[in-house]
Amino acid sequence: MSERIKHWPGKRLSSKELTGGKVTTTKTDPRVKYAWACGEAISRFLEELKNGKLIARKCNSCDQILFPPRMFCEDCFTPTNEWVYVKDTGTIETFSISYLDTDARRIKDPIYVGVLSVDGASEKQGIMHYFGGVTPKTIKIGMKVKAVWKPKKDREGAITDIRYWRPLRRGEK
Amino acid sequence: MKKNVAVVGIGNTAFRPKTDEYSWKELMYEAASRAYNDAGLNPRKEIDSFITCAEDYWEGFSIYDEFVPDQIGAALRSCCTVCGDGIQGLALAYMQIMSGAVDTVAVESHSKISDLLTYSDVLAFALDPIYNRPIGGHPHYLAGMEMRRFLRDSKCTEKDCARVVVKNKTNALKNPSSAYGTKLTTDDVKSSPEVFSPLRQLDVSNLVDGSIVMVLASAKRAKEICDNPVWITGIGWSSDTPWIENRDWGRAEYAEEASKMAYKMAGIKNPSSDIDFAEMDDKFSYKELQHIQAAKLCRKGEAGKRLRKGHYDFEGRLPVNVSGGSLGCGNLIEASGLHRAMEVALQLRGHAGRHQIKKVVKRGLALSWRSLPTATGGAVVMEV
Repeated sequence: MSERIKHWPGKRLSSKELTGGKVTTTKTDPRVKYAWACGEAISRFLEELKNGKLIARKCNSCDQILFPPRMFCEDCFTPTNEWVYVKDTGTIETFSISYLDTDARRIKDPIYVGVLSVDGASEKQGIMHYFGGVTPKTIKIGMKVKAVWKPKKDREGAITDIRYWRPLRRGEK
Repeated sequence: MKKNVAVVGIGNTAFRPKTDEYSWKELMYEAASRAYNDAGLNPRKEIDSFITCAEDYWEGFSIYDEFVPDQIGAALRSCCTVCGDGIQGLALAYMQIMSGAVDTVAVESHSKISDLLTYSDVLAFALDPIYNRPIGGHPHYLAGMEMRRFLRDSKCTEKDCARVVVKNKTNALKNPSSAYGTKLTTDDVKSSPEVFSPLRQLDVSNLVDGSIVMVLASAKRAKEICDNPVWITGIGWSSDTPWIENRDWGRAEYAEEASKMAYKMAGIKNPSSDIDFAEMDDKFSYKELQHIQAAKLCRKGEAGKRLRKGHYDFEGRLPVNVSGGSLGCGNLIEASGLHRAMEVALQLRGHAGRHQIKKVVKRGLALSWRSLPTATGGAVVMEV
């Protein structure tokens, strides 16, 4: 409401009235299932995750190393040329601290989500992921981080094979 | 002939029931690369605008347009998605050029339908939620209903529909992109199982993956870059009422309206003699005959008679679907219309290879339908 408008005309419906048959609604539960073919680039990337490695593709026409890997370069519109391993360390480019879960319920321990650029790949080449071992006070843009991997037996070829990225320790590579 | 907008580049992947070796992006990249190479244009600098025709539920992404730019060379360029058939995408490209906003446009459409595990459920989800969806079942029964009414009203027979299947699947044997070319007899079709009576299994086209890109240019630009422009001289599109109960089941009125619009623009008075050949939507066998009738490529009630006389054969008077159509090449979902249009352009260029029509062709029609449960179609007339 505002200074001028103190109330809207009409009657506000409660959620009980909405679900209790006072309003005519119809429900539907679509059955939509997909199994995307990952193709060349994503398949290799996911396989390498099981080995605890991050792989990229190099474009020889612009010399960029693209991560995650792609079979074509979006800048040059040419096929990329070779597979290149990159490091499991990187730099935080931006982040948010999420205090709500997917149902918009307040959570006690916030989730740190952000984009990091990966060492060994070109500028702005990286991944969106979780950060851990940080607090709202200590996490910063520009912070150096390192991947914390799941144990090998638990990896399934998904980006969550990395649990989160923690701050790089002094002297660590 | 109106020389305003020309097709200057064509590219496609092969059409296959499954393409596990490619992600959907890699599939689109292949078709785009071929089209830009054919046009001799660098998409990062020399193509002004990009249009993709796709629908979220087929893709399995919401807000699918955001997943498009990179694989067609459109990152940080003018790019948008048409949630519709490929010919509707061509119509938008045509208007962008005619408005003077851009000189070159790439139109992409594809099917990666093998990624969708619940095809019939998505079809059912396209039905009216209150009045139609509770009926349940596989919505292809709508095609059975339409076929029955069309056969009654049109003097066409089930055997005529079988003839369409035989013709198109035979034609597809000459098209290296096709997936379902084969030699059949009408008896084979008529003895295939009834699926949605009177529709039989072989009356229904099979789904395929594939991508198609066409590059369009203004007259000025086309003359600079292209030795063999194919001119788009007429384009139209139309939708019937969404109330399936209110449609005229014997006719494809959307196709009547769409083709009428395209003919008017192209200045065509007598389609059955002015059009040299056509690519007509044939996702179900009877649809080809219904669409021939709707686009006035024959006199009322004569589609079956002319088919029997061989008018629509490869070497007939007005060849229809020499590419093999959807029955022979496979059903490319939203890309089917762009496939029809692409085949017309290839024929007019004389680049159709083994399925090039023997006589000289100067003017062709492509007609699309968005398939069940829609009553939406597009039409495009192209000339050289």
